[in-house]
Amino acid sequence: MTAVVEARGLTKRYKNVTAVDHVDLTIEENTIYGLLGRNGAGKTTLMQLLTGQEFAGSGSIRVFGEDPVENARVLSRISFIKESQKYPEDFTARHVLRSAPWFFPEWDAEFADRLVADFRLPLKTRIKKLSRGQLSAIGVITGLASRAPLTFFDEPYLGLDAVARQIFYDRLLEDYAEHPRTVVLSTHLIDEVGDLLEHVIVIDDGAIVIDQDAESLRGSASTIAGTAAAVDAFTAGREVLHSERLGGLATATVGRLSAAERAEASAAGLEVGPVSLQQLVVRTTAGSVPAATSADASTSFDKEQSA
Amino acid sequence: MDDSRPIFVQIAELIENDILAGTLPEESQVPSTNEFAAFHRINPATAGKGVNLLVDEGILYKRRGIGMFVATGARERLVSKRREQFQTQYVRPLVTEAAKLGISGAALVDMIREENDA
Repeated sequence: MTAVVEARGLTKRYKNVTAVDHVDLTIEENTIYGLLGRNGAGKTTLMQLLTGQEFAGSGSIRVFGEDPVENARVLSRISFIKESQKYPEDFTARHVLRSAPWFFPEWDAEFADRLVADFRLPLKTRIKKLSRGQLSAIGVITGLASRAPLTFFDEPYLGLDAVARQIFYDRLLEDYAEHPRTVVLSTHLIDEVGDLLEHVIVIDDGAIVIDQDAESLRGSASTIAGTAAAVDAFTAGREVLHSERLGGLATATVGRLSAAERAEASAAGLEVGPVSLQQLVVRTTAGSVPAATSADASTSFDKEQSA
Repeated sequence: MDDSRPIFVQIAELIENDILAGTLPEESQVPSTNEFAAFHRINPATAGKGVNLLVDEGILYKRRGIGMFVATGARERLVSKRREQFQTQYVRPLVTEAAKLGISGAALVDMIREENDA
């Protein structure tokens, strides 16, 4: 594998906030990454640094082996689709798609036309008259049809309905299969994109807390549920990521379980369940949230039981 | 895809099921990794890992430049593999659940016989 992005000790401070804090990161070519984290965790700042749109306070960045800042050789190979892309006054979607080939050498106009039909994007309406979802569709179409070797999607689907999001995922997968490239998808809809990702990066408070293959991450935790006594007996001596109680019942999220350990848990009358990528990320990054009251704990317990 | 097991293992099992059911006969071509990925909406690398699992087991084989095919004798080998797992995967949970409900061994045997004759 060849590294497309290499960042070492990358740090960015704004006044009294450290948005990106000593980040070491390697992004390999031809892989779909998920960049996950809470609002304000530093996702957008990190992407702005990697695409040369912000200056780093300290640390080094290499994209395609070079410094990306004001470097046309590097920037022509990057497509960065932002949540709040601004377009010139009086631009229509047609103007955007006509000018895109000037910036993206790999631009596929035919593919863009097909996407316009898929998303039912009106081409002649002025952009400021478009709905939030249609505005997002312009970004998604630009990001896909640019076929840039390094494509960033930063929350690309604000206002897109469920059908349109599914079209986005399907077209991304199809086109990625035919034209492999590096895609970094920053999103809060973790459960929706979980299966598309090959590698997961979780950023919290400016620092990277998870940087792992999606497949190994998925199996890295299990939930066990049963009587509090049985759960306590099973979790004794194990690391517990999260636990909740409701009267005499308990659930606990524990690390990876072997087949033998699963059998042992079932024999002890415990239900063993999976932990979704979303739950795992929530549990890794929810540290600063105040402890739930007992009423809250029981509701989330119910939810997990019925899930 | 459910979450309980790695996705590539689930992909491998789906292909195995199609071979067992005869949907994918021996020496027939299986869909490409990209087709599996698009159909199940998963990462192509994950789909490839599932297919490779079956290649390693000799269930599928690669014809250079053409694609993946079901090996001769694959079905028979899958049947014997699944038979070995039948007791732990199906019979054991059945007996455990029956015990939990106070269904006696004899009553359980009767129920199985009844289903089998139906």
